[in-house]
Amino acid sequence: METKFARIALTVWVGFVLAFLFIPILIILVYAFNASNIQSWPIPGFSLRWFGSAFGNQEIRTALVLSLKAGLVSTAIAVMLGSCAALAVHRYDFFGRDGVSFMVVLPIALPGIITGMALNSFFVFWHMGLSFWTIVIGHATFCIVIVYNNVIARLRRVPKSLEEASMDLGADGWQTFRRITLPMISTSLVAGALLAFALSFDEVIVTTFTAGAQNTLPLWIFGAIRLGQKLPEVNVVVLVVMAVTFVPVLLAYRLTDRSTPMEK
Amino acid sequence: MIATFQNAYGMAAERIALQLRRLSAGLWRRPALGAGLLLAPPLSWFILIYLAALAALFISAFWTIDSFTGEINRSWTLVNFKTILTSDIYLRIAGRTILMAAAVTLTDVALAFPFAYFMVRLAGPRSRIVLFTLVLVPLWSSYLARVYAWRLIFAHNGALNWVLRHLGFDGVEIGYTNWAMWIVFSYIWLPFMIMPIYAAIERIPYSLFEASQDLGAKAWRTFFKVILPLSMPGIVAGSIFTFSLTLGDYITPVLVGGPGSDFIGNVVYANVGIANNIPFAAAYASIPLVVMGLYLVFARRTGAFDVM
Repeated sequence: METKFARIALTVWVGFVLAFLFIPILIILVYAFNASNIQSWPIPGFSLRWFGSAFGNQEIRTALVLSLKAGLVSTAIAVMLGSCAALAVHRYDFFGRDGVSFMVVLPIALPGIITGMALNSFFVFWHMGLSFWTIVIGHATFCIVIVYNNVIARLRRVPKSLEEASMDLGADGWQTFRRITLPMISTSLVAGALLAFALSFDEVIVTTFTAGAQNTLPLWIFGAIRLGQKLPEVNVVVLVVMAVTFVPVLLAYRLTDRSTPMEK
Repeated sequence: MIATFQNAYGMAAERIALQLRRLSAGLWRRPALGAGLLLAPPLSWFILIYLAALAALFISAFWTIDSFTGEINRSWTLVNFKTILTSDIYLRIAGRTILMAAAVTLTDVALAFPFAYFMVRLAGPRSRIVLFTLVLVPLWSSYLARVYAWRLIFAHNGALNWVLRHLGFDGVEIGYTNWAMWIVFSYIWLPFMIMPIYAAIERIPYSLFEASQDLGAKAWRTFFKVILPLSMPGIVAGSIFTFSLTLGDYITPVLVGGPGSDFIGNVVYANVGIANNIPFAAAYASIPLVVMGLYLVFARRTGAFDVM
């Protein structure tokens, strides 16, 4: 229906936007293999030497371990709390039901400094020293919505008649949950968990307010870039972070794309 | 020995299963109790931690800090807000942040709309999935990595100047300027704009395009009278992300902005971390909070939450 001119113009535009989106990512990919320690384009040659240097660095290793641990623990909390909220909102009608979706989305809908500052002053108010657990509390708070959204979207697609059939056939509430509901939502739980982990692993703004003197991997990267130190190692670490977040995200989208068992 | 242990274990498991069954039967008969049990953990997390923290933040904006002892003085006062409203610097920083958020939002709408339109109307099912994935990759790629990439591109001997010199132009020095911030913010949040606009255009029934044409509307008229108004919820939903994310950012100004490119976030962070003046930081942080609050109320009326 579009004119020929419109088709060509739109195609060119899409090409331009794709180039805009991917050139910086390709640049990161190339600089990680830079043979020189000087950051200039084009790079003089390819080398793997900075990979060895980055993995041998104690600070980077400590930061990586902290990020992985914080990501895993906050994901676990987010999965439990997010799926509880999703099940409650889907199954029951109660006062303030619409408010729940709004409340869980607040930590990511409000500007990052607000969430970070609010949590920081909360910890200071209760005299909680900033620690591993304050990082986890911050991350879990904004990861809950990811799990919640994934699970509730799946619950809405599962026909209610399945649970009713199970109960009619004599299964009690627990058996129905265990044999019917849980298998139906399991992939969405995994997908939500993977996305929550990716979000936590990469987060920097809220973390700067809740980490105190510790460095997660993004905080280490931020500090190194700002001070202009260890930039060859930064190139490598940044590529690794991108890869680590990318794998769970891709897996998550494969899991959500697949239809529920009923629709197959 | 082992058999006894297994037996005991089996009995215990059976007893637990029985208890669970009784519990679930009880919950089925009393839905309020079930809802309560499911809701209690997430609700208490949010109320006791997050909402309490937000409330504490809001309240502390009306407190002050004793400049000698550094202790918080808990008597109510509007002095923090007065300082902000009468200070050129603080007003200029707030203005810069809000203007930048608006500029980035408009840029992203302009970049994203034709892209999303192409995805819905011109791309086949296969290439639509490919484009979808290609937008998701940068959306979930590391934020810092993507900001850092632009530092490398804008550097004096970076890729941008290399291209310009090969085309016969002079190199430019736009790293560490507001222009750099504008490009980087538009880049980072662009996928957040493409997704909801795509969702909104996809929901427009095909027959409306045809009806508009049958009734004699030219292409541009169909666009402005039919497509654009109907994709408004998507544009507003995307702008919630681009606007809020820009308002609340302070990393990008540090990394690619120059001297004098401070954002609201930079002032807030400096007051929390260095000056330890939480009341003032809270008062200043209430500017993006109020701006976003008004924006969310407006967005709700356009139906933006349906395509998020």
